[in-house]
Amino acid sequence: MRVALFITCVNDTLFPGTGRAVVTLLRRLGCDVEFPRAQTCCGQMHLNTGYPREGRRLARHFLDVFAGYDAVVAPSGSCAATVREQYPRLARAAAPSSAPVRASAAAPVRPPAPGAIADDGSAAFADAVAELVPKVRDLSEFLVDVLGVTDVGAYFPHRVTYHPTCHSLRGLRVGDRPIRLLERVRGLELVPLPAAEECCGFGGTFAVKNPAISAAMCADKARNVTATGAEVLCAADNSCLTHIGGTLSRQRTGVRTMHLAEILAATEGAR
Amino acid sequence: MSGRATFLGMPAFPVNAAAAVQDSQLRFNLRKATHTIRGRRASVVAEVPDWAELRAAGRQIKDHTLRNLERYLLRLEEAVTRAGGHVHWAADAREANRIVAGLVRATGETSVVKVKSMATQEIGLNEALAAEGITAYETDLAELIVQLGDDWPSHILVPAIHRNRSEIREIFLEKMAEWGRAAPEGLTDEPRALAEAARLHLRERFLSTKVAISGANFMIAETGTLVVLESEGNGRMCLTLPETLISVVGIEKLLPSWRDLEVFLQLLPRSSTGERMNPYTSTWTGAVEGQEFHLVLLDNGRTGVLADEVGRQALRCIRCSACLNVCPVYERAGGHAYGSVYPGPIGAILTPQLRGTTSDLDASLPYASTLCGACFDVCPVAIDIPEVLVHLRGRVRHPRAERLGMRAAGWVFDRQERLTRAERVAGRLRRFVPRRLPGPLSAWTETRDLPDIPPESFRDWWDRTDGGTR
Repeated sequence: MRVALFITCVNDTLFPGTGRAVVTLLRRLGCDVEFPRAQTCCGQMHLNTGYPREGRRLARHFLDVFAGYDAVVAPSGSCAATVREQYPRLARAAAPSSAPVRASAAAPVRPPAPGAIADDGSAAFADAVAELVPKVRDLSEFLVDVLGVTDVGAYFPHRVTYHPTCHSLRGLRVGDRPIRLLERVRGLELVPLPAAEECCGFGGTFAVKNPAISAAMCADKARNVTATGAEVLCAADNSCLTHIGGTLSRQRTGVRTMHLAEILAATEGAR
Repeated sequence: MSGRATFLGMPAFPVNAAAAVQDSQLRFNLRKATHTIRGRRASVVAEVPDWAELRAAGRQIKDHTLRNLERYLLRLEEAVTRAGGHVHWAADAREANRIVAGLVRATGETSVVKVKSMATQEIGLNEALAAEGITAYETDLAELIVQLGDDWPSHILVPAIHRNRSEIREIFLEKMAEWGRAAPEGLTDEPRALAEAARLHLRERFLSTKVAISGANFMIAETGTLVVLESEGNGRMCLTLPETLISVVGIEKLLPSWRDLEVFLQLLPRSSTGERMNPYTSTWTGAVEGQEFHLVLLDNGRTGVLADEVGRQALRCIRCSACLNVCPVYERAGGHAYGSVYPGPIGAILTPQLRGTTSDLDASLPYASTLCGACFDVCPVAIDIPEVLVHLRGRVRHPRAERLGMRAAGWVFDRQERLTRAERVAGRLRRFVPRRLPGPLSAWTETRDLPDIPPESFRDWWDRTDGGTR
C-alpha cells in the first residue's frame, strides 16, 4: 500500500512538529509513508472565503500530486473535509445542469446567476475527484479504519481534554475514533470537555472578518477548557488549536495545546 | 438598533454583531432560550426512530414540488377558486402590498388583525397598510410585544427573544392604551399576568375586527387547502372570526397532496418548538361559509432563487428556526444583526438571495458563519447551509486588500518552490513578527497570541533528514 502524507500548508509552515509526529507514529506502526514534495495547499482558504477560481486551481494541483496513492493521510480535519466535501461540489458545479427548472405562472425564471463555475469543467476533473476523494483520510480514520489499531503504543502521563473540531465531527464524521485512540494511551487521563461539540469560533477568515463574535465564542470555549482542569487541550486540527491556544495563552491559563498526532507519537522516555 | 424601517442602510453584520455581543441581557436571554429549545428539540427528535427517513422525505417532497412548481401552483389556483376563494399573483413586495391594501379598502374597514406571518414581514405589509390609513394589529403574543415596542422581531419562532419580562411590562403599561384596551393597573412582570393582559387586550380586538391577514405554513395543491400551525390560539381566532380573510403566502410553501403534509406535521413541531405536536393546527379550503377568502401568492425574488442550482435548496425551508437555535453565531449576535426578518443561518443564505448582495449588510451575511455545520445537522429538510454560504461568498465583491492577499497566497501555493521560499523567509524573520499585527489582521491579535514560527518547515526537515531517517 502506497501511503502519502498530506501535511497541509498550515502544518508544513507553522507546525512541522505535528508532521514529524505523524511520520514517527506511522513508522512505529509499520507503515511507510511518502511525502510528495510537490504538494502545497488544498485550497480551503480560497474556497471558503469566496475565491472558487483559485480554489479550483489548487484542487487540480492536489489531484495531480496525490494521484496513484492508495491512501492519503492528513493530520487536519478541515483540510481532509475540504477535499472530501468541497471537491465533489466543484466537480458537480462543472457538470452540465440536471433537470430544467420551470417558472411559476407569476414570473419567468431568470437565467442562472453569473459567477457559477462553468469554466474548465472537464470530465477528467470529475473523474479524478471520484477516484481520489475516498482515499483521503484524517489521521484518526486512517489509524482506526485502515490500519485497524486503537492502541498505538503511546505513553503520555498527563491530564488531557479533547475538542472534536467541527470539520472532523460534522464534516468527516470521525465520531469517537480520536477518543478511542486517546483512551488507549498509557498514563493519559482523559477528561470530557463541556459543550465539546460547539465551534471554537475560528472559521478561517471568520476570525478576522467577525472578530467580536469569534472572540466571544472562543472565550466560552476557553472557559470550558479551563473548567476541566486539563494540562493539555488536544484536537486533530492545528488551525482550531491555534485559535483556542492563542486565547488560552493570552489569558495566561497555562493550558497548552497539542495535536492528536503528537500525543499518539509520544512514548515512554521520549517526553 | 430598534425602530422600524432600519433595515435599509444598516451597517454590515460584523458591526452590528460587535455591538450586540456586549449586551449582557441579550446574551443571557439568547443563551437561555436557544439552549432550552435546542435541548427540547434534540430529545423529541431522538425519540422518532425514522427521523432520517422523514428528513429525506421532507427534502424530496420539497425538491419535487419546486421542480414542478408551475404545475402545482396552477392546480392550487384552480382548487382554491373552485372552493370559492380568490387567487392573486404578486411578483414582488410592492404588488403584494397593493393587492392587499386594495382588498382591505374594498371592505370599507380601516383595521385588520394579523396572525404571525414571515411573508408579510418580508414585504413590509404593516407599513404599507399604515401608509393607506389601515392599521394592522399583530395578535401573536411576541409579535404584539414587538409591535407595541416599535421594534423588530429577532427570531423566527420567538420574535421577542431579546426582551425580558420587566421590559415587556413597561411596554405594556406605556403602549397598550395607545393601541386599544389599556394594561390593567398594578400589572406585575409575572409571565401569567403579562399573558393575561395581552389576552384581554387582544380579545377585544378579535371581536371587533372584520378583516384578518394571515400567512400559511403549507398550501396543498390537490385540494387548495391552507394550513397554519401555532401555539396560542390567536391564529384560530383570526382565521375564523373575521368576515374577510386574506392570506399572503410565498410560492414555495406548496405541497402536492395531503399525504405529503403528514411528513411535515411531524418534522415541523419537533424541529421548531421541540413539541411532538403543536397545540393548534388550522386548515381551511377556499371560502368558508359567510367568509370571503383571498390568497395572495408571493414571488418576491423566489423564482430568481429557484434558478440557482446550489442556492435553490434554501426554498425548502419550512421556517422552523432549528438552525437559529443551534447556531453559535446567532446565539451571540442576536437576530437584529442580520438586518432582515430572516435571521440566523437560514437568513444568511436567504436574505442575500432574495435581496441581492449590493448593500454592505447583504454582502456581509454569507460571512456571518464559521461553517461549523451545526445548522445543516438539525435542518429538517436537509438544507446544506454551509454549502450555500460558500457558494454565495463566491458571488460577493471582496475588499481590495483581501483580493490582493488571496491572489498572492494563490500564487505562492501554485508551485511548491514558491511555498518553500516563502517558508524560509518566514523562518528567517520569525523573531521580527510583532505581538500585535497591523491592519485588518489586528483583529486576531486583539484577543489571541500568535503561534511561534518554527525555524524550519516540515518539508525542509524532510529533505534534510531524508524523511527522518538520517
